[in-house]
Amino acid sequence: MNHEPLVRWDWLFAHLGPIADRVGQHLYLAAIAVGVGFAISFALAAISIRRRKLYPAVTVLATAEYTIPSFALFAALVTITGLSILTAEIPLVLYTIILFVPNIVAGFDSVPWDVLDAADGMGFTRGQRWWRVELPLAVPLVVAGLRLASVSTIGLVTVSAILGQGFGGLGYYILDGYQRHFTTEILVGGLLSIALAVVADMAFVLLQRLLTPWAARRAEVR
Amino acid sequence: MTVRETGHARAASLEFHGVTKRYGRGESAHGAVNDLSFAVPAGAICVLVGPSGCGKTTSLKMVNRLIEPTEGQILLDGVNVMTENVTALRRRIGYVIQQVGLLPHLTVGRNVAIVPSLMGWSKQRQSARTDELLSLVGLDPERYRGRYPVQLSGGERQRVGVARALAADPPLMLMDEPFAAVDPIVRERLQDEFLRLQHELAKTILFVTHDIDEAIKMGDLIAVMEAGGRLAQFGSPDSVLAHPASDFVAQFVGEDRGLKRLSLVTIADLSLEPSAARPGLPTFGPGTKLRDALSVLLAADTSGGVALDDAGKPRGFVTVDAIASALAEGRGTVANP
Repeated sequence: MNHEPLVRWDWLFAHLGPIADRVGQHLYLAAIAVGVGFAISFALAAISIRRRKLYPAVTVLATAEYTIPSFALFAALVTITGLSILTAEIPLVLYTIILFVPNIVAGFDSVPWDVLDAADGMGFTRGQRWWRVELPLAVPLVVAGLRLASVSTIGLVTVSAILGQGFGGLGYYILDGYQRHFTTEILVGGLLSIALAVVADMAFVLLQRLLTPWAARRAEVR
Repeated sequence: MTVRETGHARAASLEFHGVTKRYGRGESAHGAVNDLSFAVPAGAICVLVGPSGCGKTTSLKMVNRLIEPTEGQILLDGVNVMTENVTALRRRIGYVIQQVGLLPHLTVGRNVAIVPSLMGWSKQRQSARTDELLSLVGLDPERYRGRYPVQLSGGERQRVGVARALAADPPLMLMDEPFAAVDPIVRERLQDEFLRLQHELAKTILFVTHDIDEAIKMGDLIAVMEAGGRLAQFGSPDSVLAHPASDFVAQFVGEDRGLKRLSLVTIADLSLEPSAARPGLPTFGPGTKLRDALSVLLAADTSGGVALDDAGKPRGFVTVDAIASALAEGRGTVANP
């Protein structure tokens, strides 16, 4: 059939501008989903910590939602929200919840009881204890949740390409390349999407190092 | 009189009046602490000692209201702790626990400065106080103030815990098994250092332990507690050893309570037959513990030795019999640290 090379570099160099736009859109869609997902999950985690009986219900619902194929969810939402950004973001946000909530809850659970006892005994008010003790100590596991959710969301953004040209970020190239049997496009979309996920993950690792200098010292104990 | 937050009063008196803590209600209610009453004068170390589950930690935590009593009153310098603002109360009570509870995300320096920072001290005052306290507990501020808790040994952590509790110069310290998590050698050193420190600071201290030997060593007063959160006996270490109030106390302090008393009573506490200098016999300074004197007498195989007074002049003749009868009469008084 065709004897095209695996990568057509001339196509790649001719499309650097549009590719950069797609990278921007990809990050934009992912950032909104992770940000909104984090806010909702933090609220759900806070409720789960205060009302332990609700925690299993929260995780069961979030897990059940996670089992819905993303392809199906995007398609189904079109009938409700049309081809708006909500149709792209609602599934992306929902899929982050099961990644965030258990990590945030575990983060606050990981604060040692003796530290809380000492903090109470020294006269921290409840608010001071939360901001100055519990939140900083929960950071490692909260950031672990951010890493999972951002990597997962960056991958899922590609699926939203089925909603049309205005969506999908780099997924647009994967879908377009598939329809046109054009390997270069598929590779560009796929590899750059992976690269974004890796970069996001490393950024959060760096963020955690900055936020928790005390945890890194573990390696130098005595 | 209320003790001022900045702590011009060095020590506060502490009184328990009929303090009871019950968990649950009605039929299922069970007492953790039952009608506990005792008084600790300002500047004394009172040790709550007893088997596990006797309510000693519960009693301690009712002082800074981490647990609230069901009945009774706890008075700090005559003021019921329940009438005070709870955070202000806690900030002027030092709190040391077995697991130390250093905040792992803060450096040693910032851990020590926690209560001063909560009380709004200036940065300069906080850091000056931090360095002063680290030196006081034997940690070089230059080396230690920037370290994180995870970089410290168990003994160093306990020292930081004590420094942190002293930060705002509290008139009362609550210490819950503060030296139980370290090995015996470090524990003994920490105990000795703490007693030396207390000699200067003269804080009022409520100290919890399950270890009768630690209680005898650390306490000016001992409150022996038994199952059900009842006070089995309250008094000086020597009086508890000499006159256990019940079979429980006798058993708890141990069969060797007579030997334990030897470590509490000193030569100065003995009433002795006057004696001139007797060359060739061992001599004992007034601070010599009976335990050491007895050991010397037994090892030297002599009939006795000469007790010296503060000026180094012979005061009396010490024999094994004299030591034995002093213990039997229970006349010895507490050896103050």
